[in-house]
Amino acid sequence: MRYLPLTQADRASMLETIGAGSVDELYSDVPEGALLKEPVDLPHHQGEMQVERDMAQLAAKNMGTASAPSFLGAGAYRHHIPATVDYIIQRGEFLTAYTPYQPEIAQGTLQYLFEFQTQVASITEMDVANASMWDGATSCAEAVLMACRATRRKKAVLSGGLHPHYREVTETYCQYSDTEVAGRDGHPEHQATADELDDLIDDQTACVVVQYPDVFGRLADHTKLAEACHAKGALLVVVFTEAVAFGAIKSPGSFGADIVCGEGQSIGNALGYGGPYVGLFATTSKLVRQMPGRLCGETVDQDGKRGFVLTLSTREQHIRREKATSNICTNSGLCSLAFTVHMSLLGEDGYRKLAAINHERAVTTADALDAVDCVEVVNDSFFNEFTVKLSKPAAEVVEALVARGILAGVPLSRLYPNRDDLGQYMLVAVTETNTDDDIAALAAALKEVLA
Amino acid sequence: MTFQTHTGNRGLVLEEKLIFEQGEPGRSGVDLPDPAPVKSRLGGLARDENSEIGLPGLSEPQVVRHFTRLSQKNFGIDSGFFPLGSCTMKHNPRLNEKVARLPGIADLHPMQPESTVQGALELIDQCAHWLMVLTGMPAVAMSPASGAQGELCGMMAIRAALDARGENRRRVLVPESAHGTNPATAAACGFTVDSIPATEDGRVDLAAFEAKLGDDVAGIMLTNPNTCGLFERDVRKIADLVHAAGGYFYCDGANFNAIVGRVRPADLGIDAMHINLHKTFSTPHGGGGPGSGPVVFSDALAPFAPIPYVVKTEDGFHLVETAEEKDGKKPFGRLKGFHGQMGMFVRALSYMKSHGADGLRQASGDAVLNANYLLARLKTKLSVAFPGYCMHEALFDDDFLKGTGVSTLDLAKAIIDEGFHPMTMYFPLVVHGALLIEPTETETKESIDQFCDAVLSLVAKAEAGDSEFFKNAPYLTPRRRLDETAAARKPILRWSPSNA
Repeated sequence: MRYLPLTQADRASMLETIGAGSVDELYSDVPEGALLKEPVDLPHHQGEMQVERDMAQLAAKNMGTASAPSFLGAGAYRHHIPATVDYIIQRGEFLTAYTPYQPEIAQGTLQYLFEFQTQVASITEMDVANASMWDGATSCAEAVLMACRATRRKKAVLSGGLHPHYREVTETYCQYSDTEVAGRDGHPEHQATADELDDLIDDQTACVVVQYPDVFGRLADHTKLAEACHAKGALLVVVFTEAVAFGAIKSPGSFGADIVCGEGQSIGNALGYGGPYVGLFATTSKLVRQMPGRLCGETVDQDGKRGFVLTLSTREQHIRREKATSNICTNSGLCSLAFTVHMSLLGEDGYRKLAAINHERAVTTADALDAVDCVEVVNDSFFNEFTVKLSKPAAEVVEALVARGILAGVPLSRLYPNRDDLGQYMLVAVTETNTDDDIAALAAALKEVLA
Repeated sequence: MTFQTHTGNRGLVLEEKLIFEQGEPGRSGVDLPDPAPVKSRLGGLARDENSEIGLPGLSEPQVVRHFTRLSQKNFGIDSGFFPLGSCTMKHNPRLNEKVARLPGIADLHPMQPESTVQGALELIDQCAHWLMVLTGMPAVAMSPASGAQGELCGMMAIRAALDARGENRRRVLVPESAHGTNPATAAACGFTVDSIPATEDGRVDLAAFEAKLGDDVAGIMLTNPNTCGLFERDVRKIADLVHAAGGYFYCDGANFNAIVGRVRPADLGIDAMHINLHKTFSTPHGGGGPGSGPVVFSDALAPFAPIPYVVKTEDGFHLVETAEEKDGKKPFGRLKGFHGQMGMFVRALSYMKSHGADGLRQASGDAVLNANYLLARLKTKLSVAFPGYCMHEALFDDDFLKGTGVSTLDLAKAIIDEGFHPMTMYFPLVVHGALLIEPTETETKESIDQFCDAVLSLVAKAEAGDSEFFKNAPYLTPRRRLDETAAARKPILRWSPSNA
């Protein structure tokens, strides 16, 4: 077995030093009958060549987004990842390190976490960000729990424009903490305005949660909603699924958001069939001690040199146990490194330009689709994702386009299986990876299938 | 150290500013085409072009150099011996990284039609099959994002099962030595935590446990092998007693590495257990994540497992994404967006196939052998916390440092200068000044010997009375001891021009 270095001679001499007759003897605390004498019923070990072949065969049964025009979004986006990103995150000193509990030999991890926190705070225009959460959906759930802790209130109002997975995860997290989750159903053709949520805010409301851009791709100014929240002592939580967007649109911080959370996959992280991703989480200085998860802070060492450590850990599970702000322990360290490297490569100009290209590609696509009979773009505003209404059930149309080698958008029926009224809608996401040919192919295929 | 360089660099260890202190406006490390002119549809919400976001401009070589220099300030399992107890820092095979990046895996979108991802669903199903056979359990939830979320998954299933029975049991028994995530998780599910003391020999006090049982007990959260590095001899009695009292048995599977292929958790009577793929099945820790924490379930809890899950049908593999598809299931909800840590399933499956049933059994045996060998070598000088054989990690207390003026922390910092990552310190809390050392199965006898020799020489130095030397360690790292108190008192959590 190539990963196991001990030889039989090593094992014999080590057992002698221990004073045990066999390895089985070391398991003498295991109750009678529970210690297996033989390997379990699974295949025996394979060489590198065979394992690689097996895995490649599984991969070959899939239709990857790199091999087809793809317009899939709904919370996960295909962007170009510079080769440098994957090279850096595969450096063994990053890849195979542990949580930086020994700061003297983990300054590499700690410094990039500090840079990551600064980048996230900058693009959202918030005071502080943590060192990452598991994904956008869990980030949203933690934000709601945090808002309840901070306001000592029990009601969360969720906008109908929130991604259904984020809503489900939030409901799951809240179900046993007597937090009441309220809200209204969303519809791509009925804009959820501040006024619509306004009447749900009362003196028991801990927070209002809105997505920006929302799950249907729409953009709305939430300044008034923030004011309405603050007037009643509630917090505004702004959720996002596309971190590239803030290179082009106003930040949640500029609206007066109290907590901003969402998905960072778009920057530096592969689609990977849904995970691992990286949850982003930012808030105001005032609320920092209520934050879940890890924080990296600046300090000095005994020679007076600047260095970094994990800090404010008195909020965390390993210190406060059942009174901790959250049970989160492992975060998305390496994914946050990928984010940091990609964002460093982009820089101010690259980030803005990437966002501009995404918007341009999306506008170009919306125009091309609007020109197709039986396709109607329903959004007035959008960043790089919008909703279209088709003349046939969207799920069937998507399957028909698979047969033509195109991965079209996400049918809303996939996200809302119980909503008959949404069966003909499809979310279309467009990024810098979509060429003019891709766009033309999508429009042509839709024309054929809907004819 | 009196030797100083002009730059502050030390040979291969180079000082590195923050990225925000480098770069020039207008510089970028990517070449992007100019977007075609189109009419903006941002709804009047365009970001102000004249107001800076605050991201520095660097070229690609600057970025490569920056992160390469940072990497050189990190210790990883690729760098050297990393005996961090409870964390299982084993070799991370590069084959796993290679297969995770295959086209058709890395580039799959989670919302693709099912017909286009049959290989991915089969891969999840295969990974699930290995985990079920290795644990002897009939069901598994693959989606939890980490061990801590796995705990949440298991405890939510217990809560859902109790609710389905119409029982208002709210007390969860948790041993004193449990990971902090256990009580935090129980609290997140609306349970109260009741601690169970440990016996003189480092295990759950069975009498104390029995006395705490009652009709308000939801269950027990037990780590086995436990955080003292010991197998809970009474585990079956504990299972029988908690079941007889109407509660469930949650097992924290953080230490599954010690028994994989040799003991099936199902044979011990557990109802739910999470498996840290990054510990037992070698997916890299990544400086703090991502992890992955699938949870295996007994028949009693299986119906409550969360969505989504994969089922095999006549037409191929199907992903169940809603609670409405009945088939006898009553999922308690959804834990994360999409379907779980696919990138980790690929790596874990690659590792499991590489070892096979025979290799996994050998791996756990070697992990336990290495730990007992290390225990045997170090107990000549160090004080062992509990007598007998250990599982895959060896636990010492700080009795051997008494009167030397050297603390566990001081010793750990001196170990850094010897070129090793220190052991886990001050955990578990039930042992004073704990040192928890886990070599894992991928270490050679030579590397364990080298570590033991270094520790024994440091202990001799401590006994010789040189406590001042230890107080100032480490000497040779890019940064010496860092002021954690100052960091917490006046937190600086981001760079800004004013604190530069």
